[in-house]
Amino acid sequence: MSTIVITGIAGTIGRLLARRLHVEHEVIGLDRRDLSHRPKDIKVYTYDIRRKRCESIFRNHKVDTIVHLNVMHDFGRAQGVLHGFNVVGTQRLLEYAARYNVRKVIFLSTANVYGARPDNPQFLTEEALLLAGETFSEMRSLISTDMLVTSFFWKVPEIETVVLRPSHIVGTVNNGPMRFLSLPRIPKVMGFDPMVQFLHESDVIEAIVAALRPGLRGIFNLAGETALPIGAALEYLGRPTITLPYPILRAAAQKAWDFGIAYVPPAELDYLRYPCLVDDARARRELEFLPRLTLTATLDKIRPLLRRHT
Amino acid sequence: MTDESPTAGNDYRSPHLEDFLTEVGSRFRDWGDKNWENQVLTSGATHLNEFGYDPFGMSPAFIRKVIPFVRFLYRGYFRVQTHGLHELPTTRLMFVANHSGQLPFDGSLIAAALAIEGRPPRILRSMVERWVPSLPFVSLFMSRCGQVLGDPDNSRRLLENDEAVLVFPEGVRGISKLFWERYKLKKFSAGFMRLAMETRTPIVPVAVVGAEEAIPALYNSKLLARLLGAPAFPITPTFPWIFPLGILPYPVKIHLYFGEPMSFSGDPNDEDEVVEAKVARVQGEVQRLVDRGLQERGPFPISLLGGVR
Repeated sequence: MSTIVITGIAGTIGRLLARRLHVEHEVIGLDRRDLSHRPKDIKVYTYDIRRKRCESIFRNHKVDTIVHLNVMHDFGRAQGVLHGFNVVGTQRLLEYAARYNVRKVIFLSTANVYGARPDNPQFLTEEALLLAGETFSEMRSLISTDMLVTSFFWKVPEIETVVLRPSHIVGTVNNGPMRFLSLPRIPKVMGFDPMVQFLHESDVIEAIVAALRPGLRGIFNLAGETALPIGAALEYLGRPTITLPYPILRAAAQKAWDFGIAYVPPAELDYLRYPCLVDDARARRELEFLPRLTLTATLDKIRPLLRRHT
Repeated sequence: MTDESPTAGNDYRSPHLEDFLTEVGSRFRDWGDKNWENQVLTSGATHLNEFGYDPFGMSPAFIRKVIPFVRFLYRGYFRVQTHGLHELPTTRLMFVANHSGQLPFDGSLIAAALAIEGRPPRILRSMVERWVPSLPFVSLFMSRCGQVLGDPDNSRRLLENDEAVLVFPEGVRGISKLFWERYKLKKFSAGFMRLAMETRTPIVPVAVVGAEEAIPALYNSKLLARLLGAPAFPITPTFPWIFPLGILPYPVKIHLYFGEPMSFSGDPNDEDEVVEAKVARVQGEVQRLVDRGLQERGPFPISLLGGVR
């Protein structure tokens, strides 16, 4: 029975993880959003992660592990806000971890930090550079956060730091991939159909649980069982699509972004053109994490969730 | 919203390109071969998922649709003749060939030779130039056909899966040779040798004879190449004057020579000089096959006509 702090507990992954862990561990939530309908033994502090008062959690509890999920992926917000919340918030959290002798820090990053680039090798290993920011400036705060935690891994070797970089997470989560798949008509770039990897949220939870194992540390890519072309996924899911040449799509996305009606910056269209697949061999080997759901099972699970939107 | 359940598995078709290919392909039915896909699928070394794609985006179902055109190009247009193909092992292999012909159809013809004449048929994975994945349609077509970005990491993965890989160590310098430089190999880069030693892959030297005359480049316009972002921009007797048909390769007869597999051992991270000596042996073997091909095909211009099969 160790004490685990879950930041961003009110998010979908946070809630699922809390449910999974609260029987065996003391779970403390940290999120500025409140968590309704929660099991009684979960204590939630509705603090903003950037505020100094968060330190009191570490003063009052003997925290063993931090699972850091409290990262904003909403690119519609100003760069400054994203930077403040993601980078500064994470920086604070890592300071507390070092000061109060936390044993382990687990950070859920994303595989998108590598960037979708035409000259990407088919499968990116954990050593690949995080180049998404080159063309996709909105990603920069997520890249900085990832690098912050990665450097913490080296700077404070007595803490077991784990960085997880999952490919597109799907399920009941309300994230970029799910919003994209829920669009009434899904844009495809003419002449391109890159391979994509999906990972079901339940598998993400299992990976985080696997990362709790004492002694385990490092950076791990997470991916679903196999990859498939994005067009094949949309066809299997029965989603209506619209195929347009890149310049037209890009111009439309730019206009929509400028007017504030799009939540996806135009640079993200590169993920519909070029591959950004990860090699999860290290997770399979060291984390001993194998996705439990097959690709078909993952897609079958999200299909009913999508039909609701049409 | 219709409630029909979407079909899974190999039935998946990417709507536009494949419909077009099926449509046009039906006109070349004589060239088709229905057993082909089954033969490839049962010959191993394909790692397909439940949707019929391998990790690199290759789809045998797609290739089967393309095969009729390739067969037409291979048998009908270029009248390709292979020498030494039947003696090849079915293990992991690295094919190393001379690069020529401005457009990478030399690669497609070598791949076609293995897919059509290989016993059992094999899908050859060519390593393509770094700028290709940024081209619409071309990149999609190539990846479905099993062509892979020429990154050492990609080749290593394929070889560790016991696949057959095709590399052109001359790179762009080789394919954009001018007409009077034909059949003189540019210096091979050494990356392929380090990879072959690391993965203990036998190297099969391949010579393509004839492709140099298919698109004879008189001049390579560096300025136009830079403007288009292409690695080279050849000026030929017909291109860019008769646009766009002028870029079509002339229907010359093409010979493919496959040499004996060569095995190399040693430290893949050895000094450049040591590795280069091994590379030179491969280059020498390819050059020898090229010279043999040039000699055997006889004098110009009958050599380019060849027999129509």
